[in-house]
Amino acid sequence: MSDISKNLDQVNLWQVLIQRRSVLFGVIVLLIISFFAIFAPWISSVDPGAIAVRSRLLPPGAEYWLGTDELGRDIFTRLIYAGRVSLTVGIGVAIISSIVGIIMGLVSGFFKRLDAPISRIIDAMMAFPDILLAISLVAVLGGSVVNVIIALSIVYAPRVARIVRASTLVIRELPYVEAARALSVGTPTILFSHILRNIMSPIIVQATFIFAYSMLSEAGLSFLGVGVDPSTPTWGTMISNGRQYIDVASWMIMCPGVAITLCVLSLQIAGDGLRDALDPKIAKNL
Amino acid sequence: MIEDNKFISIENLSKTFHTNMGDLQAVSDVSFNLQKGSIVGLVGESGSGKTTLGRCILRLIEPSSGSVNLEGNNLLELSNKKLREIRKRMQIIFQDPFSSLNPRMRIKDIIAEGIKVHDKLSSENERFNRVAELMEEVGLQSDQMSRYPHEFSGGQRQRVGIARALAVNPEFIVADESVSALDVSVQAQILNLMLSLRDKHNLTILFIAHDLSVVEYLCDQVVVLYLGKVVESGNAKDVYSNPRHPYTKALMSAVPVPDPKANINREILKGDIPSALSPPSGCVFRTRCQYADISCAQTIPNTVNINKQHSAACLKLGELE
Repeated sequence: MSDISKNLDQVNLWQVLIQRRSVLFGVIVLLIISFFAIFAPWISSVDPGAIAVRSRLLPPGAEYWLGTDELGRDIFTRLIYAGRVSLTVGIGVAIISSIVGIIMGLVSGFFKRLDAPISRIIDAMMAFPDILLAISLVAVLGGSVVNVIIALSIVYAPRVARIVRASTLVIRELPYVEAARALSVGTPTILFSHILRNIMSPIIVQATFIFAYSMLSEAGLSFLGVGVDPSTPTWGTMISNGRQYIDVASWMIMCPGVAITLCVLSLQIAGDGLRDALDPKIAKNL
Repeated sequence: MIEDNKFISIENLSKTFHTNMGDLQAVSDVSFNLQKGSIVGLVGESGSGKTTLGRCILRLIEPSSGSVNLEGNNLLELSNKKLREIRKRMQIIFQDPFSSLNPRMRIKDIIAEGIKVHDKLSSENERFNRVAELMEEVGLQSDQMSRYPHEFSGGQRQRVGIARALAVNPEFIVADESVSALDVSVQAQILNLMLSLRDKHNLTILFIAHDLSVVEYLCDQVVVLYLGKVVESGNAKDVYSNPRHPYTKALMSAVPVPDPKANINREILKGDIPSALSPPSGCVFRTRCQYADISCAQTIPNTVNINKQHSAACLKLGELE
């Protein structure tokens, strides 16, 4: 490990991520899940919607790796197709809510006059229970993957905004920001290269949490039947269906359940690793 | 030192902060001049408004009233665009060498930032050549320019801060307690560096400090601040050899003497500086002054000239010596 500190310039993000076993585990699990999701049509030749009533509720075995559901559909195929929806929603919400939250937070933290109005909007939005707000937004927008992403981004953006605002308020007063002002550095440069650059760690951690939470929320929405179109397989709808057969076909609920858990867990671990890798101080000592 | 060659003149500068607990007058009615190439020490205890005053002169904090003239330009009336131009003539060096450098930027980018802003045409190569030059000038090795601030010691980081300020070729520098966070041996190095830079670039420096021996070593002139007001100012020699204001006397007698057997009569100041939210009536120092009587509570003392440069604001000046 000490050879890394000698060559800080050459520290590679990957090197740092892989130095820690737990982070390595998280990254590998995520890569496997993404691989299955991206290449779903090539990995399984079966149509995820194909019904075969004769082979319904079969336990896992050689022909159906993870068994079949109440309509005889292959659970493995449905699982990897559902992963596409979950990952799309997770990535989409994490990116959009971070961007919106960063803009709101930087503006309200840096410009004193805009602080009160933006903060009140954030407070008002955070007063709603997450899932309730998401349900009503999806109800208004209609159920589709894009609309679920939009709705969940609206739900999670205020969380990012609040963290960004709080950190901005601290960094804004530090001498190096003052030094930049004394050098007549422009406001956009101060905002981005001095403030944003120093608050990326909490934002990245929050973004990985949001990635995980939004996957859970999407599953929750689908479970409640207000998510994406019911004909699209998602982990949430699979759990919702499996619930009725839990005593005769527990694999129906276990498989998507394990998928969600693994995915969320490894995201959190990888997020922690990423935060450390991005901090030059910690990266050096890893 | 050239007489009456005002490079910067500060007149009746005041700053009032409006807080939830009422108005706080951090700086009130401060006037003094800085001659080109001189080092002026601004001393006072914590809460006396030294830092606020330094920031107001650079307009990093917007003063409430008064004027700051730099060769005839009133800085407080300049438009933002003109202010941006003139800012490269005045720079600041901070107290804390840790929070004054952006931890995510490499040393070369920190030092080059000012050049980038004020010389937009410079190429990356030119900038980094200049950075190397500046680093050597302040006593750093230029091959370390790709490192991050946390890889340097406090003294080295302070040198980086000085190089950043020098990068835009300033004529005036506010050094805000720039050595108080450093070890004594490192302090001496930085002070000598500042002296040599002053000589080389004919810099004018406002040196904010609470360490009087440092000020005596470095400064040509001293301004003593108490609760936002100038209580005494003058040539360093005059003020140190013949302090007139009771507050200055107390400060001078508090300077440690490196001789354990020395018998010194210290004038000990009791209590803390009063809150600037509710300053004492009359003379602001009267609550801690051993010479104060009823008149001190009623009359605000005027500044009295003792000689051409030395002046103090105390009603009892005649009685004390």
